[in-house]
Amino acid sequence: MEFEPVLLRHIAVPGIQNLEVYQAHGGYNALHQALELSPEQVVQMVKESGLRGRGGAGFPTGIKWGFLPKDHPGPIYLCVNADESEPGTFCNRVLMEGDPHQVLEGTIISAYAIRARVAYIYLRYEYGKSYRVLQRAIDELYKNGFLGRNILGKAGFDLDIYIHRGAGAYICGEETGLIESLEGKRAWPRIKPPFPAVQGLFQKPTIVNNVETLACVKHIVERGPTWFRSMGVPPDPNNPRDLGSFGPKLYCLSGHVNQPGCYELPLGIPARELIEKYGGGVWQGRRAKAIIPGGLSMGFMTAEELDTPLDFNGPMRVGCLGLGTAAVIVIDDRTSMVDVLYNSCRFFAHESCGQCTPCREGTAWMAKILARIRRGQGYLDDLDILLEIANGIGIIPGTTICGLADGAAWPVKTAITKFRAEFEEYIRNSRSRQASILAPLTTH
Amino acid sequence: MPILTETMRQEIEAYTQRYATRQAALLPALHLIQRHFHCVPLAAIEELADFLGLHPAQVHDTLSFYGFFRDEKHPLGRHRVWVCRSLPCMLRGGEQLLEDLCHHLGIQPGQTTSDGSITLEFAECLGACELAPCILINDECHGPLDSDTARNLIEKLRQQGAEHGI
Ligand SMILES: Cc1cc2nc3c(=O)[nH]c(=O)nc-3n(C[C@H](O)[C@H](O)[C@H](O)COP(=O)(O)O)c2cc1C
Ligand code: SF4
Ligand code: FES
Repeated sequence: MEFEPVLLRHIAVPGIQNLEVYQAHGGYNALHQALELSPEQVVQMVKESGLRGRGGAGFPTGIKWGFLPKDHPGPIYLCVNADESEPGTFCNRVLMEGDPHQVLEGTIISAYAIRARVAYIYLRYEYGKSYRVLQRAIDELYKNGFLGRNILGKAGFDLDIYIHRGAGAYICGEETGLIESLEGKRAWPRIKPPFPAVQGLFQKPTIVNNVETLACVKHIVERGPTWFRSMGVPPDPNNPRDLGSFGPKLYCLSGHVNQPGCYELPLGIPARELIEKYGGGVWQGRRAKAIIPGGLSMGFMTAEELDTPLDFNGPMRVGCLGLGTAAVIVIDDRTSMVDVLYNSCRFFAHESCGQCTPCREGTAWMAKILARIRRGQGYLDDLDILLEIANGIGIIPGTTICGLADGAAWPVKTAITKFRAEFEEYIRNSRSRQASILAPLTTH
Repeated sequence: MPILTETMRQEIEAYTQRYATRQAALLPALHLIQRHFHCVPLAAIEELADFLGLHPAQVHDTLSFYGFFRDEKHPLGRHRVWVCRSLPCMLRGGEQLLEDLCHHLGIQPGQTTSDGSITLEFAECLGACELAPCILINDECHGPLDSDTARNLIEKLRQQGAEHGI
């Protein structure tokens, strides 16, 4: 059965960014449908759909919404996470630039469901085009009664949407870092609990959801939870904690493939099929040495692991941190894993917010050790030191406030365990021939 | 004479209406100030703090967290060019592109050409990896680029008038 795109269905329709064209293609029907229901009924539908967050953690959206305090006098806030900075990930941008009203319709429905009266779109500054396209769409909505007071004549349903532009920091994507940044502070993630649903933005109950998650909500309301569950992978009967991976997903494909891009497929497509069938295979007739299944933080899969299904569980079964953002980065067999891992460590050292010592120091030292190895001055012992550092930082070992440190650790752990021979050979060879590998220009 | 003009104050006041606290208007206000002055001058920090009911140290604390804002000793050129160095771009030549542009412009990342036209920066993933290797000019992305195309793009910018791109 051929999969019919859901989120990208109208992406190529000329003028779909305009309200009129969007409506001519059925746009805002879902909002009308939602307003016929009570907010609780909408929450129930999202729960039944099994929708899990698309921002990286895969938390069930309906359950998260259910954590909001009952009968709260308000205000309750909705934050749309459009910080999208995980290396390899660009599908939120594709949605916002290509079909902004779809994102806004999902946002309005979700705000209705959780009784939020203000929604902030936290948008990374670099997305200038998204900003202009979204702001234009928001202006249109105000003019036509889809935003403001008594929306579409529904007494008491008021909503304002504001775009809040970031200022270039990966950590603003972590939901409590995002909240601190919105409040005008440095984006230091908060200790949890309290979770944002209880005490979030301006100390009020707050839901943070990813752009793609909210776009899915629109379709769940329009076509029903059963339809949504007809796509993807049901829960593994042998794993009582598995909630299944339902619905469509935007897979980003980048690196050494012939056709990098954003491909919409049902959750669970095997990595190999994504790369071969949709990405046109590895470039220049080469073979993959490694891939990253879901953004840099998830760690590496080997060429032997390419049949792993890209659902919420698959990557974990081969030692990766998870599905993450489902952004697949392909690395060909001519690329040095030393260079790749150095690039990863440099990224996380640069982006650590610095408030937890294990993360601040651990990421910085991992980057320094990798830089030294790369210059040809590594020791075989360095590999164990790197593993020791990586094993000690993160939420999983329990030493840090947020998951950035886990994301820094996983590439190190998986690269060194799965490609140890390559690292050892590099260290031995480069020491003996005093390699003249150029240090990178930018070591900041 | 205050450095923040009446119009700027009105715009910042309008931002504050969107949030439950005045401090939350800080990022939009800092963007506004930097767009105007190509940096965030110390005097503007003090006036902004006063305007939002904060201590200047609080404003500084926030602005210094984000690599985005420049002090008055390091103002931006007319155009800010970010070259992505993260993994998907690196795999397709991003680091080489950055190095070539440094050579071409005769500056290091973070510096501005002596004619004040271009500030060159390295960037982490710009969220456009399907266009790798890519660069961001002010807030618009361009890619995939080889060194020649990138150089031509930048030379065109240099010849443009004094209009600030950000
Ligand atoms: C370091 C770090 C960076 C993150 N960056 C993003 C991001 O850019 N966009 C995003 O939606 N979620 C990001 N997340 C996940 C958010 O914390 C949060 O789980 C998510 O926004 C919730 O939305 P969802 O349930 O709809 O996925 C990040 C998490 C961490 C630890
Ligand atoms: S884990 Fe790292 S990024 Fe996260 S709060 Fe701690 S120091 Fe900051
Ligand atoms: S790595 Fe360069 S845009 Fe993502």
